[in-house]
Amino acid sequence: MTPGDPIVSVRGLKNAFADQIVHDGLDLDVRRGEILGVVGGSGTGKSVLMRSIIGLQHPDEGEIEVFGESMIGRDEEEAKHVRRRWGVLFQGGALFSTLTVAENIQVPIKEFYPGIDQELQDEIAAYKIAMSGLPVDAGAKYPSELSGGMRKRAGISRALALDPELLFLDEPTAGLDPIGAAAFDQLISELRTALGLTVFLITHDLDTLYAICDRVAVLADRKVVAIGTIPELLALDHEWIQEYFNGPRGRASAGIAEREEASA
Amino acid sequence: MTMIADFSQNVEKGRCVLKFSGNLTILRVRKLSEQLAEIDAEALIVDLSEVERMDTVGAWLVHKLERDRGATIVGATEEQQTLIAHVTQADQPVKIKRDYEMPLLRVVGEVGAAANTTIRTLYGLLGFFGSLLISTWSIIRHPRRFRLNAITQQFEVVGVRALFIVGLMSFLVGIVIAQQGAVQLRQFGAEIYTINLIGRSSVKELGVLMTAIMVAGRSGSAFAAQLGSMKLSEEVDAMRTIGVSPMEALVFPRVLATVILMPLLGFYAAILSIVGGAIFCWISLDIPPVTFVQRIREVVPMTDLWQALIKAPVFGLIIAMAGCFQGMQVKGNAEEVGLRTTTAVVQGIFLVIVLDAFFAVFFTEIGWT
Repeated sequence: MTPGDPIVSVRGLKNAFADQIVHDGLDLDVRRGEILGVVGGSGTGKSVLMRSIIGLQHPDEGEIEVFGESMIGRDEEEAKHVRRRWGVLFQGGALFSTLTVAENIQVPIKEFYPGIDQELQDEIAAYKIAMSGLPVDAGAKYPSELSGGMRKRAGISRALALDPELLFLDEPTAGLDPIGAAAFDQLISELRTALGLTVFLITHDLDTLYAICDRVAVLADRKVVAIGTIPELLALDHEWIQEYFNGPRGRASAGIAEREEASA
Repeated sequence: MTMIADFSQNVEKGRCVLKFSGNLTILRVRKLSEQLAEIDAEALIVDLSEVERMDTVGAWLVHKLERDRGATIVGATEEQQTLIAHVTQADQPVKIKRDYEMPLLRVVGEVGAAANTTIRTLYGLLGFFGSLLISTWSIIRHPRRFRLNAITQQFEVVGVRALFIVGLMSFLVGIVIAQQGAVQLRQFGAEIYTINLIGRSSVKELGVLMTAIMVAGRSGSAFAAQLGSMKLSEEVDAMRTIGVSPMEALVFPRVLATVILMPLLGFYAAILSIVGGAIFCWISLDIPPVTFVQRIREVVPMTDLWQALIKAPVFGLIIAMAGCFQGMQVKGNAEEVGLRTTTAVVQGIFLVIVLDAFFAVFFTEIGWT
């Protein structure tokens, strides 16, 4: 596959909980090598979309392809070799609380590549920890001994344990202080360049959108109403998009992004 | 293409050249690292020109060759170079293992820690009891703060919903005692004394004790789990900041409900245990219920009931306090909730049995035999 090919492709997705329809006829493509930001008001089903793609939520209708393979109706065993190729960071980090950070990172390695000796596993965990910007003493700590930001970094290093091609991030900067959030943006951007990742990023953070996203998909009215670069979205005449990007916070983030570009 | 990474080895200008080909990824890394360990040549040249894909694990192997064996890397594409550079940058002395402790020292340390926790727990329980008394006093002074709804709800959860299981258990225990007793007493031709056995043991000991164990398992654990998860989700803290004392709003209703309900449940259990015994006597020993009841009235002194009714609220207090205390101690993670819940039940039952022994000695001393 060449850059630009869709690595994830969602067609006609429908998700409903009881009588509440979350998605109806949703289409979305994530291109290889891009950072796609997914935005939308609360309750528009951003997390549900992510959970549908990674197979935690069975959609009522629709087709989902990841790496060109259909994800609907697959059994666990078949889905396993696809799961190996992606990493997921959940909102709270979702680290296993009874394992240390290093052991957390080794869980997917042990699961998918049994037989790699412990020494090499430790080395892998060590450089993953350093890569995600955690302090050097973090590997032996339990999740409860880490701060929120460090837990997210540890979550990223576990998501990256198997060198995935595709990374799903659910609100990675939520709950971080602005310095931590900016550092996290930078980390994602660096990892993308270094590892050639494709990133599916759910966020509320306008700064993140301006700083690292190549394209932004807007969820509203149960589907993706628009997808494109921020200037492309700004040119659209959609009430929510205008309000989102041209509200006081949107303008502030745009201003910062412009200044940074000017000084660069 | 998923070609297996491999390497060829030959010597050029006195230096050993390792030429990798295929995919240099985590998939093949186990075999590769074993094979590489067998090569003892120094000053290697690593040729990556035929590598198709490389991930960070592959890059790590290459980096290790460079770091440990002074290898020179040639033929890497720009992407591979960046990857190796990133891995090199991430090669830091990261601590992976918890500090090693001598097993013997650890045992000594754990014994010490356990003793320390026990003392602290007793101390904490005492403090908890104190603050419960303070809350009770302040509720008495400000009856407005008496939360009738919360208490009624606990009545239902602790008492009403326990009726079936406590009743069934006591009924069966009654039958078992009657049966076992009858077998032994028959040897002396004293089967009639089965009634004494059932009556006295049910009223004085078993009714209350079995109820206490059941309540500790049902409600003590529930208290610990509820308060524990409320503590985790910061509900308890939110309460404090609003000015509601968790002691008054959460602990007091639970303790009060358990203290009031324990004697009631204990009495009910004793009655059902006697009923169980009566049915056994009727069926197996041909003692009609009328005779059974008459005899029960003759042989069970009133002091037996007083003993039960005095013990029951104390047991209730202990169980509810252990549950609430352990719940309020939860901090950190969800695992702690489970641990604390277990501790609450174990502590509750243990203290109840210890106290029961004290009560037995005490009541014997004052002549309530």
